[in-house]
Amino acid sequence: MVSRSRIHRHQFEAVIVGAGGAGLMGALYASRQVPTAVLSKVHPLRSHTGAAQGGIAAPLGNMEEDKPEWYVYDTIKGGDWLVDQDAAEVLAQESVDAIIELEHLGMPFDRTPEGKIAQRRFGGHTRNFGEAPVMRACHVADRTGHMILHTLYQQCIRAGVNFFDEFFVTDLILDGNRVAGVVALEIATGDIHVFHAKAVLFANGGAGRIYKITSNALSLTGDGMALVWRRGLPLEDMEFFQFHPTGIYKLGILLSEGARGEGAILINDKGERFMERYAPTIKDLASRDVISRAIYREIREGRGIGGRDYVYLDLRPETINRYRSAPGGRTVTAEYLESKLPDIIEFARVYLGIDPLKQPVPIQPTAHYAMGGIPTDLDGRVVRDANNTPVEGFYAAGECACVSVHGANRLGTNSLVDLVVFGRRAGRHLAEYCRGTDFPPLPPEPEAYTVELVERIRNGGKERAAPIRAELQETMQTYVSVFREEEGLKAAISKLNELRARYENIGVDDRGLRFNTDLVEALELGSLLDVAEATAYSALYRTESRGTHYREDYPKRDDQNWLRHTIVYRRGREVSFDSKPVVITHWPPKERVY
Amino acid sequence: MKVKLRIQRFNPERDSRPWWAEYEVDVEETDRVLDALNYIKWHIDGSLTYRRSCAHGVCGSDAMRINGFNRLACKVLVRDMVAEGGGTITIQPLLALPVIKDLVVDQEPFFRKYRQIMPYLVNDEPPPERERLQLPEERARFDDTTKCILCAACTAACPSYWANGEYVGPAAIVQAHRFIFDSRDRAAEARLKVLNEWFGVWRCRTVFNCTTACPRGIQVTRAIEEVKALLRSGRI
Repeated sequence: MVSRSRIHRHQFEAVIVGAGGAGLMGALYASRQVPTAVLSKVHPLRSHTGAAQGGIAAPLGNMEEDKPEWYVYDTIKGGDWLVDQDAAEVLAQESVDAIIELEHLGMPFDRTPEGKIAQRRFGGHTRNFGEAPVMRACHVADRTGHMILHTLYQQCIRAGVNFFDEFFVTDLILDGNRVAGVVALEIATGDIHVFHAKAVLFANGGAGRIYKITSNALSLTGDGMALVWRRGLPLEDMEFFQFHPTGIYKLGILLSEGARGEGAILINDKGERFMERYAPTIKDLASRDVISRAIYREIREGRGIGGRDYVYLDLRPETINRYRSAPGGRTVTAEYLESKLPDIIEFARVYLGIDPLKQPVPIQPTAHYAMGGIPTDLDGRVVRDANNTPVEGFYAAGECACVSVHGANRLGTNSLVDLVVFGRRAGRHLAEYCRGTDFPPLPPEPEAYTVELVERIRNGGKERAAPIRAELQETMQTYVSVFREEEGLKAAISKLNELRARYENIGVDDRGLRFNTDLVEALELGSLLDVAEATAYSALYRTESRGTHYREDYPKRDDQNWLRHTIVYRRGREVSFDSKPVVITHWPPKERVY
Repeated sequence: MKVKLRIQRFNPERDSRPWWAEYEVDVEETDRVLDALNYIKWHIDGSLTYRRSCAHGVCGSDAMRINGFNRLACKVLVRDMVAEGGGTITIQPLLALPVIKDLVVDQEPFFRKYRQIMPYLVNDEPPPERERLQLPEERARFDDTTKCILCAACTAACPSYWANGEYVGPAAIVQAHRFIFDSRDRAAEARLKVLNEWFGVWRCRTVFNCTTACPRGIQVTRAIEEVKALLRSGRI
């Protein structure tokens, strides 16, 4: 098909797709050694890392005693023993150095009275292997992600990284088992660009928009995972999707776990602090999957507020002081909370018209984070099978990747640690790789698939992205969220197949070239369909309950059969499975109680 | 509730000049203006073009002129904007930046000014093994300006910037302030030199439009005044 788009060609040794924390950290390291281009479908500063609120963990011990091995254990237990323990050890050990590096790069952390980086408590982070909550989360009020994103972008500007902003990557170019570059649509012009590269790092984020109620940006459509899926490469542990307990009712906007770290508690219709029943030791600071299930149980048993489908997050100082739930049972004031949690307090004021320092806030669990993704090794190299065979020159880091450091449920703050630790490792390894290899040959007309795809949608049929997307989100929310069972999962898969058939006939109102966001949304829907499919199939496949994956028809964890990672592929129309063992170093599985 | 929106539209592939479109949408009164735009795009006309991402006021994508004021479409509610607009919400792209299509403006001139003031921590002394120490009161000195999300609402609301597009504008000064007053930074002098130029802080006429426009509640004019005061003091 003849394209109306102009075609451009570029050559960079390293191409990074996505400009959130992982992409920018990778770019900072790669660009010190090799010419590096960063492509992002949104301006880097609009990336979703910027929405992360409460903190980034590291056992600095600035407030109280802390140890890397406690952090490793918490991460493994948080992940319900599906975490690869060598990865968790790297995460914990390198977190200290990574946080110090961020500080040196300019990160304006909150400070202790002596001028050190201040730390707060967070869900699932404990002292001495689960004894009590520990202050481990380094933070900048409740805009930690915003400051990481800006700090890394600032240093990339200083380093002269080549940014291609608002470039939507549509294809991964492979030469056999080797990466040769990517193809991208320049949103502003509608032009198509071929980037010839020695190495490609995917750092293009999560896919929360497969759900109806989500904390995720509208842009989080799983484009990286989908490209891998389409290329017949595997995805790992896609059934594990975290619902954060405290999203603003109906809107899904996140209210940081940092609130509970500062002493806020969850309350049901009877005014009970119900987490005392579900997690007697650390209560409202249990891991997120545990709390989200507890909230739904309360609602099912009629103890939602007014019998409805939400409960309260109570961060009124008088409540925190009455329960002595702040660290050390100390007394907090409204002024203190306002200084530590200004953004989430404002969200409640703006979107609900509620002052959370005076009234409790209605919340419900909100789709938040994909633990699964593109399987990689500890250096961010993408692997193509259960034997961990790397795809040469292909890297992934951050939420789109699965290293696997989050296992079946990610601990709060660990997404940000993952970005900087594994973004950095991937950037380093990728630069070394580039220096030791030549450019692979480009296949003839590498842009052909993209040209065909884009022209087909521009000249497409009667279906539109919005209604299909809405049905997809409704389906996933109903059948593939916190509680799952076989019948519902089968219904979801059948619905997704129907939606995919309709997508074949997708068209757009806007047939122009320039800044065609109608076209972009149609392309993103293609990604959502792929990621939803991988998620639903994987959820049906795993017949046990572990972490965020709760099967009502298989309510127990089953280490005998399922202490292994799910590896899922699509070849043609067939979805097939494989599995690989969980790496166990020092921490044999045990019962998970908080 | 049914709501009327008047939206300024312009498609360079089709239109020779901007025109006004009117839509009636059915939204909840507690919906964001962004939800109303999404309603149009998803149910009425898919060609309506605007940027958006996080939808809760932290990414800075959707700054636009709503009822004549620069705001984030995701951080104002339909109910309030309808009341203010006398039954109709009026939406235009930001002023003083070239329009690419409908509500999307070219941000490159804006980010060029950002890059002009060296928007990164400069400290080439060998770093200590652990964090550089910074006392809470030193940290508080620049807290307000770290909140900036570079949405351009302030700069595009500034009459001095409207009059002369060479002016660095409030957002770039906010970013400079964030580093100039950071006790760890060593490049204040270089930044102040830039801001002391004819296109620098002295073009600020203290109109306060920037402060009103800032969706993050930053005291923008105060930050600019602090930079001016530092220049006047000759301390650097």
